[in-house]
Amino acid sequence: MTIERADIEKLAELARIELNDATITETTRSIADVLALVDQLQAANTEGVTPMAHPTDAVQRLRPDVVTETNQREAFQAIAPAVEEGLYLVPKVID
Amino acid sequence: MHNKTLAEIIAGLNSGAFSSVEITGHLLNRIRQLDPQYNSFITVTAEAALASAEAADRQRASGNAPLFCGVPIAHKDIFCTNGVRTSCGSKMLDNFVPPYDATVVENFAQAGAVILGKTNMDEFAMGSSNETSYYGPVKNPWDVNCVPGGSSGGSAAALAARLTPGATATDTGGSIRQPAALCGVTGLKPTYGRVSRWGMVAFASSLDQAGPMARSAEDCALMLNAMASFDPRDSTSIDREVPDYTANLNQPLSSLKIGIPKEYFGEGLNPGTEQAVREALTEYEKQGATLVDISLPHSHLAVPAYYVIAPAEASANLSRFDGVRYGYRCEDPKDLRDLYMRTRGEGFGDEVKRRILVGAYCLSAGYYDAYYRKAQQVRHLIKQDFVDAFATVDVIMGPTSPSPAFAFGAKGDDPVAMYLEDVFTIATNLAGLPGMSLPCGFVDNRPVGLQIIGNYFDEGLMLNAAHQFQRATDWHQRAPEGLE
Repeated sequence: MTIERADIEKLAELARIELNDATITETTRSIADVLALVDQLQAANTEGVTPMAHPTDAVQRLRPDVVTETNQREAFQAIAPAVEEGLYLVPKVID
Repeated sequence: MHNKTLAEIIAGLNSGAFSSVEITGHLLNRIRQLDPQYNSFITVTAEAALASAEAADRQRASGNAPLFCGVPIAHKDIFCTNGVRTSCGSKMLDNFVPPYDATVVENFAQAGAVILGKTNMDEFAMGSSNETSYYGPVKNPWDVNCVPGGSSGGSAAALAARLTPGATATDTGGSIRQPAALCGVTGLKPTYGRVSRWGMVAFASSLDQAGPMARSAEDCALMLNAMASFDPRDSTSIDREVPDYTANLNQPLSSLKIGIPKEYFGEGLNPGTEQAVREALTEYEKQGATLVDISLPHSHLAVPAYYVIAPAEASANLSRFDGVRYGYRCEDPKDLRDLYMRTRGEGFGDEVKRRILVGAYCLSAGYYDAYYRKAQQVRHLIKQDFVDAFATVDVIMGPTSPSPAFAFGAKGDDPVAMYLEDVFTIATNLAGLPGMSLPCGFVDNRPVGLQIIGNYFDEGLMLNAAHQFQRATDWHQRAPEGLE
C-alpha cells in the first residue's frame, strides 16, 4: 500500500486538520512508514477469529432512564472561547 | 524528608514526627529549586497545597484522618481538576480549566491527599519520550541529556528527583511502565476497568487505564487502594469489590510460578538490560519461585495491531476538540470550516496530527476490514496467548523496555523507532491485563525496569511479588546523584 501526498491532503480534510505546506511531504513519509509497520498484520492468519470487543467480555451496563445530571450551563460556558446570551458563537454558517 | 516513601510519610504523620504543612512545604521548596532543571511539572498548585495541608493537620488533630490525610502527591495533567488547568500536554488545552474533578482526583481528595500540582506528559499521552509535550520535554533526573520515557514522564521524573512521593499516571501502550523503568521508579497499570476513566482525557478508550506511580510496590498498593473504585459514570468501569492491595504484600513466593516468554528476550534487547532482568529472575528463584519457559507466539503483532487500534480510537476521541466549546480557538476564523481546520492545525502537535490521520485512514471506507477488523482479530490472538500462558503460570516477567533511557532527539524523526519502545508493554493493554514495572538494576548509570504481567484482577499478587523483590534488593531506593 503506497500513500501519496494527495491521500494525506484528503485525510486532513476529512479530519479537519490544516496541514502546513512545508511539512506535508514529511508527514506523508512518516505516515507511509507507520502504514508499512501496520501492514505486518496482513501476514497473520486470522481465519475464523472473532474480532475482540472487550478484554473480559463485559457488556454495556444499563441504568434506569432517569435524569442524573444537573444543569451546569454557566460553568461550561464560562470556559468557552465565545458565547453570547447562553449560546456558543461560531462564524456565520447560513447567509 | 523528601526520600520518605508514602508508607513512611503516613507513619510519620500518624506519630506526629512531622506535620503535613512541614512535608508539603519542604517538597514545594524542592520543586521550586530543582524542577526548572527537570520540567516535570506543568502546574504547581503551591497555595492550594499549603491550604489543604493546614486543613489536613487540623483534621488529623481532631482525630479523624483518612489514609492519605495530609499526604502530598501529584496528578498527571491528564486528570481533570476542578479550577486547575488541565492541559494534557497540549496547546489545544493550554487554557482549559475544568469545572469538575476526575473520579481519580475525587478519590484522592476523599482519602485526604494534598495535591502538589500537575505533571508534564507527552501531548494527549501520545509518545514514549515526553518530547511531544507543548510545555517542553521532561529531563531524566538520572541523566539530563536523556528522555524520562513517556507519556507519564513528568510523574516518573518527579518521583526520581524526590519532588513527590507518589503520582498518578495513565497507560495506553506502556505510558506508566516505560517511564517508570527509565526513571527507576515503580509503576502499575491495573486491569482494564479497575480504575475509573471518568474525567481522564481520552486517547484510546479501549486501552486507556490509570494507575499509581511511586518509589515502592508497597506505596503503589496504598495508592491503588485509594484510586480503584467502581464508577457508574464510566461505562467500562468494572463493578467488582476493591480488595486491600496491601493485604498480601508479605506472602512468601515459594509456590510462585513465573512465566518467562522467549519472545521478550530476543533480538533488539540491550545486553545490559537483559543481564539486569536475568539477575532479578535469579533473585526470585532464590526466594523459592519457579521459572517456567513460555511462549507468547503473537507478540510480534502487538505493535502493528496497536498502531491501528490506538490511532483509530484517537481520531474519534479527539474530534471533540473543535474550538467551539472549550480549549484553543484560532484567531479570526473566516467561516466554520476555517475555524475547525486552523484550530486543529494550530492546536495539535505533529505526533497527535499524525495519529489522527493514521486513524482516519484505517477507519475510512474500503480499508476498515483490512485494518481495524484485522487488528481486532489479532488482538484476540494476543489475548489468547496470555490466557494459555496463565493456565500454567501465576505471573509473567521480562524487561519493561528494550533499552535504558535514550538521548533527546535520538528517535526524533522516526516515529516507528519510537513506537518500538513499547514493544514489551503494548500487548498487555491490548489484552486488558495488568502490568507493572519496578527497578532491577542499571546500565551505564541509567535504570532498568523489570516488568511483571499478571492475570486479570491479580494486582495483589503482582504487588506481592514486587514487594518481596524490594525487600531483598535496594534498586528502588537508589537516587540520582545529588538528589538523595
